[in-house]
Amino acid sequence: MNNTIKFVQGNEACVEGALYAGIDFFAGYPITPSTEIMELLAARLPERGGKFIQMEDEIASMCAIIGASLTGRKAMTATSGPGFSLKQEAIGYACMTEIPCVIANVQRGGPSTGNPTHVSQGDVNQARWGTHGDHSIIALTASNHQDVFEMTVDAFNLAETYRTPVILLFDEAEGHMREKLVVPAEGELEVVSRLRTSLGRDVDYHPYLPREDGRLPMSDFGGEHRFNVTGLFHDMWGFPSNNPKVIRELLRHIVDKIENNVHEITRYKEHYMEGAEYVMVSYGSSARSAIHLAKARRARGEKIGVLELQSIWPFPVEMVREKCAGAKAVLVVEMNLGQVAAQVKAAVTEPERVFLANRIDGKLITPEDIKIYIRVIQGRGV
Amino acid sequence: MAVKDYLRQRFFPHMWCPGCGHGTILNSLIRAIEGLELKPHEIVMTSGIGCSARISGYVNVHSLHTMHGRALACATGVKLSRPHLKVLVPMGDGDALAIGGNHFIHAARRNIDLTAIVMNNRIYGMTGGQFSPLSGVGIKATTAPFTTIDNSFDVVELAKAAGASFVARSTAFHVKECKDILKKAIEHKGFSVVEILSQCPTHYGRKNKEGDAASMLEFQKKMTAKIGSKALQENPNLIARGIFVDLDKAEYCTEYEKIIDSVMKEKV
Repeated sequence: MNNTIKFVQGNEACVEGALYAGIDFFAGYPITPSTEIMELLAARLPERGGKFIQMEDEIASMCAIIGASLTGRKAMTATSGPGFSLKQEAIGYACMTEIPCVIANVQRGGPSTGNPTHVSQGDVNQARWGTHGDHSIIALTASNHQDVFEMTVDAFNLAETYRTPVILLFDEAEGHMREKLVVPAEGELEVVSRLRTSLGRDVDYHPYLPREDGRLPMSDFGGEHRFNVTGLFHDMWGFPSNNPKVIRELLRHIVDKIENNVHEITRYKEHYMEGAEYVMVSYGSSARSAIHLAKARRARGEKIGVLELQSIWPFPVEMVREKCAGAKAVLVVEMNLGQVAAQVKAAVTEPERVFLANRIDGKLITPEDIKIYIRVIQGRGV
Repeated sequence: MAVKDYLRQRFFPHMWCPGCGHGTILNSLIRAIEGLELKPHEIVMTSGIGCSARISGYVNVHSLHTMHGRALACATGVKLSRPHLKVLVPMGDGDALAIGGNHFIHAARRNIDLTAIVMNNRIYGMTGGQFSPLSGVGIKATTAPFTTIDNSFDVVELAKAAGASFVARSTAFHVKECKDILKKAIEHKGFSVVEILSQCPTHYGRKNKEGDAASMLEFQKKMTAKIGSKALQENPNLIARGIFVDLDKAEYCTEYEKIIDSVMKEKV
């Protein structure tokens, strides 16, 4: 089979990625600017025997994909700001019960109803800490449609590998913009299938007993093995437990399985980074403007590059420190009040050299906007 | 299969208070399942949070203990994914109709093949005796020290209006009737709702001076009457028991399979 070339919205690239990754269940609730994802999957899923359901609210959509995933389906939901807030309870449940699932958040301006039809990147910290209690999370992002596709495939792969919810942090500009997408032929990109236990029926199966490599083989709920699933702290059979050792070990497990694998999970791109004296750290739509600017400046001989983050959580502390080490200044380009900038400051050895270039007015940050910040940093005035 | 084989016996004695009606409901439910000769691996039990929700841990089936009010939403994902499974959803009154009220009416509207069992003791037991949307007016609770002014839902009327295709009511006192109704509800193809009046002597009974478990059960007997009975005709204030709705109506998962079939045919 050959590659297929398409001209699509970012939201459609996400759908193509999900289909490529083998999605067979979607539950959602309409919300701008992510609705196209559910509209397209409503049409595409039944064509391949998959299931689509429009639920009564955002909470129910998240719950339904949890139920579906547990039975062995690759499941996903999509939302934006207010909906993402509503899903947080069930995202925590998926973390605790280690149920793989993918949540696309096409970010719009917040807080509250905010700015539904305009771009923002204000949900970075909510993706990390939106649900209560200590936990860890994986969040990916992308700046062009090809990457939206690939990161969506990756999100499904990581969800299966680590038995965890994975957040796709896209944004309104990315979701609604149209550009070229090449859907790769089957087999060209890796697709991770669910790791299922090889134990037969009536053998004592432990759904929450990690193997030596830390992975937990699953058994389709409703299938060969009967076990308990609960959001309470639980033992290796899934039954509730107040035992301090069980509680401590489970909490460590759900955090460590992700934090200890930050190098495996980290995804990033370098643009014009060779010998860069100024490093722009960016992601999503913002990165497009940063890359555009770096290209123009390189043509003039200025050493300025872009470190594009494609995974934001777990935050790639060591990678960022290493890439920013030689820079005269680090400029974090994002559309919020410095949510990633705070992470970068905490990661580098000289936080006083980290600056923020942002826009928070619903407009896409432009190369012109970034230029002003660079002039200030370079002491050339505004 | 023996009744005890449906239970996870190692977790007994159960955690419900002495005199609680929930154990009796578990009894009726297990006997209904046994009567239908269902195998444990064919059954999924999805529950929410509260005293009632703990029922799923005691039953040796596929058990999914979810979040407060979310049992039906999670069950919808399970059922639509694996329509061959029998999905039973026991819930408390607050669980099903306060925090889970939206999921309740929409599951009924879809007529998805789930069995919703509302174990109605008219109080939040696990948190220590707050009034619920099924408590009704004039009830004492920790959050209603001067008695409630909140009207209650009528679960049967609500389920009917929302589109459930099987709606029934029984009590913890009427153990055999309860079993027979649950059997029919589980067998029914579509969304079935069974409200079972239960007693909470620890919180509701004590606060409202209804006496011990025995007198609360006596009250269930005295205050209810079968649909069509003379007693009900003579005293319309009694609470009706029995099957109110039993309709043959398009079921959600079956209808979705039809969409898949027609779309896939079109593609070929």
